[in-house]
Amino acid sequence: MDNKNIVLLKGNEAIAKAAVRYGYDGFFGYPITPQSEVLETLAVDKPWETTGMVVLQAESELASINMLYGAGCTGKLAFTSSSSPGIALMQEGLSYMAGNELPGVIVSVGRGGPGLGTIQPGQADYNQAVYGGGNGDYNLIVLAPNSVQEMCDCMGKAKELTFKWRTPVIILSDGVIGQMMEKVELPPFTPRRTDEEIAAQCPWATNGIGLKKRKYNIMSTLEFDPIVMEERNRAMSEKYRKIEAEEVDYELYNVDDTTEYLIVAYGISSRVSMKTINLLREGGVKVGMLRPKTLWPFPNKIISKLSEQVKAILCVEQSEGQMVKDVRLATEGQVPVYHSGRSGGMISSPKDVFEDFQKMARECLSKNWPKGYWMK
Amino acid sequence: MTEEIIISGFGGQGVLSMGKILAYAGIMEDKQVSWMPAYGPEQRGGTANVTVIVSDEPVSSPIVSNYDTAILLNQPSLEKFEWQVKPGGTIIYDGHSIIQPPKRDDISVYRINAMEEAARSGNSKVFNMLVLGGLLKVRPIATVDDVVKGLHKALPERHHKLIPMNEAAIRRGMELIEKI
Repeated sequence: MDNKNIVLLKGNEAIAKAAVRYGYDGFFGYPITPQSEVLETLAVDKPWETTGMVVLQAESELASINMLYGAGCTGKLAFTSSSSPGIALMQEGLSYMAGNELPGVIVSVGRGGPGLGTIQPGQADYNQAVYGGGNGDYNLIVLAPNSVQEMCDCMGKAKELTFKWRTPVIILSDGVIGQMMEKVELPPFTPRRTDEEIAAQCPWATNGIGLKKRKYNIMSTLEFDPIVMEERNRAMSEKYRKIEAEEVDYELYNVDDTTEYLIVAYGISSRVSMKTINLLREGGVKVGMLRPKTLWPFPNKIISKLSEQVKAILCVEQSEGQMVKDVRLATEGQVPVYHSGRSGGMISSPKDVFEDFQKMARECLSKNWPKGYWMK
Repeated sequence: MTEEIIISGFGGQGVLSMGKILAYAGIMEDKQVSWMPAYGPEQRGGTANVTVIVSDEPVSSPIVSNYDTAILLNQPSLEKFEWQVKPGGTIIYDGHSIIQPPKRDDISVYRINAMEEAARSGNSKVFNMLVLGGLLKVRPIATVDDVVKGLHKALPERHHKLIPMNEAAIRRGMELIEKI
């Protein structure tokens, strides 16, 4: 174990360290539990002294998202991070960024809601991230890491996707993944892009680079002519359909031709469900899991395909049931879809998922589990 | 091998850092680890706890409802976690902080008088390392050498001079622990 890049980190710390190593140009954020370690880690590591990355504590989440908007206009790679009520405040800015087709990365470390809610972990922000609270016809790419390593990797993936598609990317995490520590292999340092590289990659940017050779660029979401506005929406829609065709990402766990039951879960719920699945498989139950790694675009096709094969689907998420609707849509009515999960800052234990699975299987099969199976 | 451990006590007893050092020791042995703290207001004066999992396999759920080993350093922790230890599992408790010891007879129960020893030695800060020593004696999850290596990796260089004192406390803890 001599690899210096392998360290024990919290998910939030991994986000901060990954950003510096992937060559991010800036961070604008406001502290909120359970994600404050992002800003704390950046303050300790002082990347402005090494890579020149800007780190700024904004006066509010409204300020941070609009700073991100400004950075995006210039073709720079910036990110912000917050938790549920903070992300709620950012919705207007996100709609403007999407409307101007700007790059930017938003890390959302979910807690229990609604309102100020609790500071304990939650996944009740699926709708907020996937459907958004901003106005207009827009989508954001939503990545869903389920380990500290993936928190780190998602910062690299978000960097790639946000420029490739010119759309903001949300990394939707939760208080458990943000607060827990795991072994992480950090990526090597990538230098920040130079002005010339930005000019080549982002000819649309309003950064004044190369103005002698090109016309000036304008950033605005305002359009008085509805015909032009519709054209813009249609062009964006076309882009979104391409993203749906190309960027769906998921992971299958213990799924093969014999799988009879499927669990669909993301983030912390997928980790909890893995343990439940291991136990169920010891008892001979043919259960597997599909874990969406992108929540938008959603893995509709594979869910539809697996629905032809399985008897029922259990959607595990730490909310009163948000993703479950998308899973139901994706099955095209072929199989029943049940929900399992807790909310308000409570997290299902593997035993809770087991019990909900049992209830579902009973209904489907009237099969009984031996008493005390869980204490084995 | 998978060992699911809960460490629970008062905030300030070094519960979280003990878990972190244990996780680092696991990494030194090329194992998979997870460390999940209670991060709410309870860590500021109330009861603090952390779940540490050390395993040969990738760790699935960092949140579990039953534990192989519980290290319980105050009475409320004992009341909360005693019945969540798996049959055949282990409880380690501090003799000074626990007034009513565990009642279960289907698990191994150990007492360590770490609080007393720390007070006697005049350095209350080594309390958690004494307890860690006790744990490593009865559940040899990692070697003391790997724990020391872990300390080197976990602590900033300016604190490395404190490592010999911590190592001594771990070794002393191994002598102190007794089976009930």
